[in-house]
Amino acid sequence: MAIIEVDSLVKRYGDHTAVNGVSFAVEPGEIFGILGPNGAGKTTTVECVEGLRTPDGGAIRVCGIDPRRDTGELRQLLGAQLQESELPDKLKVGEAMELYSSFYRKPADWRELVDTLNLTDKLDTQFRRLSGGQKQRLSIALALVGNPRVAVLDELTTGLDPQARRDAWDLIEGIRDRGVTIVLVTHFMEEAERLCDRLAVIDAGRLVALDSPAGLVARVDDRQRIRFRPSAPLDHAVLAALPEVTSVERAGSQLVVTGTGNLLLAVTTVLARNQVTAADLRVEQTSLDDAFVALTGRPIDA
Amino acid sequence: MSALARLTATETKLFFREPMIVFFALGFPPILLVILGTIPAFREPDETLGGLRAIDLYAPIIVAMGVALFALNALCQLFATYREKGVLRRMRTTPVKPRVMLGAQLLMATILSVATMLVVLAVGRLAFDVRLPRQLPAYLLGYVLAALAMFAIGLLVASLAPTGKSAGAIGTLLFFPVVFFAGLWVPRDSMNDVLRTISDFTPLGAGVQSLQDAAAGHWPQLLHVAVMLGWTIVAGGLAARHFRWE
Repeated sequence: MAIIEVDSLVKRYGDHTAVNGVSFAVEPGEIFGILGPNGAGKTTTVECVEGLRTPDGGAIRVCGIDPRRDTGELRQLLGAQLQESELPDKLKVGEAMELYSSFYRKPADWRELVDTLNLTDKLDTQFRRLSGGQKQRLSIALALVGNPRVAVLDELTTGLDPQARRDAWDLIEGIRDRGVTIVLVTHFMEEAERLCDRLAVIDAGRLVALDSPAGLVARVDDRQRIRFRPSAPLDHAVLAALPEVTSVERAGSQLVVTGTGNLLLAVTTVLARNQVTAADLRVEQTSLDDAFVALTGRPIDA
Repeated sequence: MSALARLTATETKLFFREPMIVFFALGFPPILLVILGTIPAFREPDETLGGLRAIDLYAPIIVAMGVALFALNALCQLFATYREKGVLRRMRTTPVKPRVMLGAQLLMATILSVATMLVVLAVGRLAFDVRLPRQLPAYLLGYVLAALAMFAIGLLVASLAPTGKSAGAIGTLLFFPVVFFAGLWVPRDSMNDVLRTISDFTPLGAGVQSLQDAAAGHWPQLLHVAVMLGWTIVAGGLAARHFRWE
């Protein structure tokens, strides 16, 4: 049974419809991604799930609970990490953990959590003196201190440097291994591809696709692209004649061959027959980025 | 520890990490009493004050001013800043209820301002021979009623003001009329009838009179109790209604 069910969710702000009929279900134990450009309605959607906003239409269930009717119970079951929220400047890490764990019925062992998140040497550090990555780790720790069944992480890695971002990814996988279902809001393709079991792609308030990252890519097309620098001049027609090849183009000193099926084998066989070697050979497959463009008609960061 | 106790303890720790706020809320009232007490004329019995010395009159006024400083300076600024910075928003995703959050603030403010009151009474007694209140339970009652009314007003300002800075500004603006009618510049006994009647209906005017009555050994007048309760209910109710997490 799904742990989160969202059915035809609608949320309006004045004349603007931020979320327009979004439906999805999150299974227990998965990392479920909500992917979309800024302003797509991702945060509004999860804020309705978290019971922070009242939907204008549709139904939501989290562990069978209606977030607006039984908010108190929801708070025990769902841990949230929010965009744009902070702790008091002078609150220390240990004090924050102790305080937040006092809010819950069955809190986790906060010392162990702090240890898992590599913050033990920061227990006596005030919030304002933490780095961006440390603040985010504390924010994850606070989202988990109530022993939630579901954790909602909103734009967790925005603003982090690449190393801190990779560390955060490892942590999120670690949390899933503890049995917590995770809803991850992101606009980073790499993050979605690396972490999520399934993705809901949201654009302009609507759900445009719901699938695994590989499924989304496969759904778009299976085109591949090979780039290389031929060691000797080569007649394009030889390659273009192959059934696998759809186009051959020259880009500076490189050839770019596009096609489907077992493209690499076909091309390298022809090259070998003509005693041409391929330097700097690269095979490019359709990425989640390409899939996103195909689904929404524009790149995610446009 | 329960959420309320833990929140109160944490808020108290955080309060003590803001030296400027601590100074004005806790240190300033005793210092003002000492400054007034060193003026020789304040220590002379005055026939127009019914034989009391000015310093005797000022002890309750300064106690009341301490409450006003705490409510309109420290409390409303801290709370509005929490909302502005998203501290309340973050807390909203936890099982903590708004009333627990407000309750912790009220508890901390009450405990700390009672401590200030005790320091003012002790300094007055030891340094300037100001008699301790003759009717101690009545004094405490008057004090708690005045404090609750002022804290409710402070929280109302925090609920209505858009930012921490504007809450501080509104609080400061309110502070002056409130302490004027409490008698900080012109003691109630020296006010004309119009001013004193207005003062009767302000939270600290009623508060100071109740403290002075208790110091002299009387229970507070019904009017003043009603005035202080009224401010608490109206301002507190509005503060709860306009409470916003973000």
